[in-house]
This record gives sequence, structure tokens and C-alpha cells, in this order.
Amino acid sequence: MRRGQPGASLSPGIFQRDSPDITRPCDPNHRHLCPYETKVKVGGEPRELAAASLLRSAASSSIAMKYVDEYRDRRIALALAGEVARRATRDWVLMEICGGQTHTIMRYGLDELLPPCIHLVHGPGCPVCVTPLETIDKAVDLASRPEVTLVSYGDMLRVPGSRSDLFHVKAAGGDVRIVYSPMGAVKIAAAEPQRKVVFFAVGFETTAPPNAMAVWQARRLGLENFFLLVSHVLVPPAIRLLLRSPENQVQGFIAPGHVCTVMGYRQYDQLAREFHVPIVVGGFEPVDLLEAISMLVTQLEAGRAVAENQYARSVSYCGNTAAQQIVELVFEVCDRKWRGLGAIPQSGLRLRPVFAAHDAEKAFGLGEITIPEPPECISAQVLQGLRRPTECPAFAGRCTPQSPLGAPMVSAEGACAAYYHYRRHAAPVSRPGNG
Amino acid sequence: MAEESKIAATLTCPRSLPAGETVLLGHGSGGRLTSELIRELFLPAFDSAALARLDDQAVVSVNGCRLAFTTDSFVVKPLFFPGGDIGSLAVHGTVNDLAMGGATPLFLSAAFIIEEGFSMEELRRIVASFREAARTAGIEVVTGDTKVVERGSGDGLFINTSGIGLVPPGLALSANQARPGDRVLLSGPIGDHGMAIMAQREGLEFETTIHSDSAALHGLVGEMLKVTGDIRCMRDPTRGGLASALNEIAGQSQVGIELEESAIPIHEEVRGACEILGLDPMYVANEGKLIAIVAPEAEEAVLQAMRGHALGRESQVIGTVRRDNPGLVTMRTVLGTTRVVDMLAGDQLPRIC
Repeated sequence: MRRGQPGASLSPGIFQRDSPDITRPCDPNHRHLCPYETKVKVGGEPRELAAASLLRSAASSSIAMKYVDEYRDRRIALALAGEVARRATRDWVLMEICGGQTHTIMRYGLDELLPPCIHLVHGPGCPVCVTPLETIDKAVDLASRPEVTLVSYGDMLRVPGSRSDLFHVKAAGGDVRIVYSPMGAVKIAAAEPQRKVVFFAVGFETTAPPNAMAVWQARRLGLENFFLLVSHVLVPPAIRLLLRSPENQVQGFIAPGHVCTVMGYRQYDQLAREFHVPIVVGGFEPVDLLEAISMLVTQLEAGRAVAENQYARSVSYCGNTAAQQIVELVFEVCDRKWRGLGAIPQSGLRLRPVFAAHDAEKAFGLGEITIPEPPECISAQVLQGLRRPTECPAFAGRCTPQSPLGAPMVSAEGACAAYYHYRRHAAPVSRPGNG
Repeated sequence: MAEESKIAATLTCPRSLPAGETVLLGHGSGGRLTSELIRELFLPAFDSAALARLDDQAVVSVNGCRLAFTTDSFVVKPLFFPGGDIGSLAVHGTVNDLAMGGATPLFLSAAFIIEEGFSMEELRRIVASFREAARTAGIEVVTGDTKVVERGSGDGLFINTSGIGLVPPGLALSANQARPGDRVLLSGPIGDHGMAIMAQREGLEFETTIHSDSAALHGLVGEMLKVTGDIRCMRDPTRGGLASALNEIAGQSQVGIELEESAIPIHEEVRGACEILGLDPMYVANEGKLIAIVAPEAEEAVLQAMRGHALGRESQVIGTVRRDNPGLVTMRTVLGTTRVVDMLAGDQLPRIC
């Protein structure tokens, strides 16, 4: 909330008093729930929770790294896990969508803190993992051409296609470069006009705005040597696919905080109503996720199903409208194949025809190819939360991060890789107590 | 037919790429790929018992005298960074490899591979820094080599140094000596060197400049050896960071190592830089830190000795050697849960989001 702005009713969340104002109320009449903002009573119970006061004291105490350490605080985490344990009266299956959230759950062992009736399953939100083999092969093909400079985020380089990966192409003499921002690729195109510079544009709605901006800037600068190999995917169609599946077991979703920072959570509000499923937009730190789980369990136990926003220090209902506008200007929605899940209608972005000159698929005449997934891999079931990575017979044997059979083992944020990296030890003797 | 389709599926599946086809940058990262290259190519080829111990230095006996011998090549970019340069680093790196065997460093070689067109002024600065670091460490440069390669065949300047040191009688530190119950000591905050280099390379600016911890550790080691004979092994966690060094010890000793996350010191600016870049400081390089595995009864004395030295003031006990989970490093997280601290395959990479 912008202080001194009467009428602005959007609640920016737990750390409102100290948070930089990066959320902007888009609709003063829209109220969303934030359990720690007000002391309203729900089901006869005060909503001001024990964890909330701990969070507030952590925020004002001398913590080493502000906006990070308070979200990794043991006391707060245990208080939130305790709340979940007190509220949960039966089994609940919850799915976090984003690979970053999966990574946090595994890295901090959050499932060890929660009562056994809370089953966390892991969704398809790792952009590296779900990029189809065909697209990796196209990137490998482009990078192998002498006139092409292929520019990418680092973690795409070791993802194997059907024959090779970008690291091997680089070792064999291909011009493959790592950047932190697509604007880095635009700079290369401007500085080296003799090179055909292709940026490998993968990711969800989070990375779409900077990639769109890169194309827009390239066009404005008249850089005819700048191209995008696009494999953007969208989260809501994937959730819709999961919810429409007759096999679906997921009863509540943690929506991806970074995607929602860009897109807002209006679409998730619609999904919650349409499928009568609670959705909480969650952040990426342990306390964020435990709080989101607590909010989901509260809804489930009360029989409610709405979209709520735990990650209010970053996410507003309507999101970053400027970012949405540039995406709308440059990209259009299209059908897209997801590695492990197959084709999902209207689940991707591609360049609009007006930007076709910058479309690597068109400019380099990359044809359509189809590469089958290895039949042994159960990633489709893992990505839908139907089976756990450790239930796969190939897990940690024939399938490892060095030798992945399928999507979730490919990137460190994929569910199988997260289990592999963090969970190969003997089970702990006891759960951490409230000590 | 079924068999044929099975074979066809096997041929098209995205399996591990044949190692050995080409050398990747990851083979030099100090992680799993490096380890595989050493075990599969170099160890069988050279077939040496001293080499097979895979310690930071070889200890060999010559006429009853135990010598530590080591070599290291330095290819750091940028050549100058806050807290040091390639010249001082080339001295510290080799001195530390000797020191981790408990050796007193004696003699150093200096081989310079220079790219045509390299600035003579910069070379002078680097050589002066090399000389000063060697003088401070009390090690004598007794032999050297100079090569100049054509422009484009090198990256400015590479330096190789080899070192010889004397190992005190009766001392046998090795990564295969860790025993259940031993304690894991760390001499100070991790990640400074790697993040100083990365911040410089990527042009990242923070409120305070991150300085490399590059330093010669033999003085600190000398103080530790004075107070006990119960140090099992020491490592300086350079490439691959603390996690890789501990994984090597756990693997070679076939023990588990359990760390306490909250006990591992990390400077705030290094943590911040790692958060921004999506890197884990456990895998970031250090050039002036050591890990010591010590018998439990020696813990207190060694810790005090370390804290009494300028390079060990922030020393901490960070974990325990255990019987369970042999070959694995685990960590008790800040939340009290437990997880594996894996060895990375190659370098840490900037993530998409």
C-alpha cells in the first residue's frame, strides 16, 4: 500500500512497513485476502496468527540480510508449520507450480516440517525442463552454423537435445555465449553486425517481457542480424490441463510468484472460481512457501476456493501492466509442445507476424521435427503430480542429472533433479521439533 | 519387432553425451566432470601411488626425507582483481597446496605463458606482485620458464607454478583419513575469491567491494600443527568451493560429513551477490581458506590456534564426520531439516529466472 494514499485497499503483505513500494494498486475496489494484514475473524478464529507477530519482530530486528533472512527464520517456519498441523484434519495434496519453489522445498526440506497428511507434489514450472527436445535440437543446429552467434541464459547450455548440447557445440567451435539479460544479445548484434545473433528465448511469462523488449529494441535500432528462437510457455493453460485431467489429485495450488509479478493473479482468480480449487500466489523463500501452504490448508479446511496472494511484497492483482503491454505488442498466443506433457493448446507465445524478420525459425528455415521421448521416463506423471520422482525405476540409476532421461531431471529446478541433489541421504531420524 | 523399437527408442533418447568426445569447460571446474577426467584418463595413464591419493600435493620420500611436491596453473580472468592479481594468486595457490599436506614450503618454479602483444607494464606489475607474495611467504623462486604464443593462441597471460616443501617426520595428512566422530573446521567466510572475480568480470557493483581472500596459509597451518598431532586432513576449498572439497574427503574416506548450515560463515556482500546471481556460495572458489578434519579431542585446541592467527580469526566448527551416508555430504539446514550437499557436475551457471 502506498502510505498516505487513502482509499488504496490493496494489502501489500507482511513486510508492508519496510517494503519498497513495488506494487501498485490497480483496482481500489478489489479486495484480496492477506491473513496478516487485518485481524478479521474467520471461522471464529482470529486471523492475526502467532507467526505474524514473529515475522513482524524479525522484520524490525537486526537481521543480516533484509528481505531474505527473515524468510528463512527457523522460529517463523516452525510456527507456520505448527499452524498447518493444527488446522489440517485430513490428507491434502498441494502442488507448487514453479521450479524455483520446488527447489526451495527440497533445499530446505520443508516437507520434513509439515505433518504427514500434507502431500506436496511438484508442477511443470521449470522452463528449462519443459523446453521440447525439438527446440534444443534447433538451438544446437543454429549454434553449429559458422555465421551464427547463439546467445542464451547459462542453464540452457547443458540441456541435452537428441544428439548434442550447446556446451559440446561450443567446445567444437560453435559461437555460444552466456548472458544475464537478452539486452546483452542485442548489444552483441549491434557491436558485431557481421554475425547473425540468435537469442534462445525460453521461459514462462517472467522472461517474456525482457525478451519482447529485446526484439522491440532490435527493430527500433534496425538490427537485421538479431533473431529470437522462441519457446515461451504460459502457466494457466498448464494448470487448466492438470485440472481437466480425470486423474487429477491436486487439491490446491501454489501459483508462481515471479510469473504473477508480471501477470498479476487475475487469471488464477478465474481458475479458482472455474474449478473450485484454492490457489495461493507464493514466494520463493521457505517462510513464503510455508505461509502459502498454511493459507491453502485454511481454505481447504473451510471449504473455500479463492485466489489469495501470499507474495504481496511483489505481486499485485493486475501485475506489471507495462510488461504485459510489451509482451502483447511483440508476441501472440499459440499452441505449444511441452517436454514431458506434450502439446497444450494456447499455451505458448510466438512472435507476431510484424516481427517475423527477427524470428529465427523463419529466417533460418528451421523445419518441423518430432523427436520421441524415451518410453521409460515417467515425467508426464511426475509433472502432473501423479507420481513422485523416487517412484520411477530409473531414478538415480539410469536417469541422473548427468544423464537425464526426461524433463524433470534436466535442470536443477526440475522435480527429479531436486530429489536427486537434495534427497539421496538416509531419512532423518526425527522431524525437527518446535525447539 | 518389439526389440527393434526398443533399440530405436534407446538410440533417440537424450542420454548422457559420450564423455571423451570433446573436452568441455566443465572438465576444468573442479566438480564431477573434473573428477571423472582425472579418474578415467590421468590416473590410469600415470599409475602412481602418490598421485592416486588425490591430495593437493604428492608426498614422496627421498633418502629418508619426506618432500611435498605440487603444481598448479593459473588462468584467472581478469588478471587484476580486488585483493590480488594472477601473480600473487600463483604463489598462494601452490604454497597452499603444499601447506595442506603440512609441509613447510621451500622452493617455487614460475612458468609464464604470455600472449603476443601483452602489455609489458602489466607484466611488470604481475611479476612484482609475484615476487612480493613469494617473499612474504618465505618461499624462494629457483627456476622458471618463459613462452610467448601468437596473438589469439592465449588469453593474455597464464602462469604455472610448482612447489616443493618439507613434511615434518610422522605427519601424514590425507583425504582418506577422516573417521566417524571427527570434527570439520573451516578457517573463515567462504566465497570471497570467486565472487570478487565474478563481480569484477560482470561489472557488478555493491555498496562494499568484495575482496579476494587470496593468501598463503602455511603460517596458519604451522600454528595448528603446533598444538596437536590429531589433524587427519586439510584441504583448501578452491575451484568447486567448500562443497566439492568436502565431497572429495567424504568419498575418499568413505564417511558421511554432516554440516551445520548456520555455522558456515559467509560475508553479507558475498551472500547478496550470490543471491542476485542465483549461485550457491558452497560452490564458489576460495583462495585463502582451509578445511581441517580433526579428531574430536583436538577440536578445541586447533580452533583456538586457528583463531589466534590473522588468517583464521573467523574460524568455526562447521560439521561432524559420521558413519551414516558414506560418501555423502549432508547439511542440517537453518530450519533444522537435512539435505544432501551434492557435488556439481560442472560450473554453476546463471539461471533463467
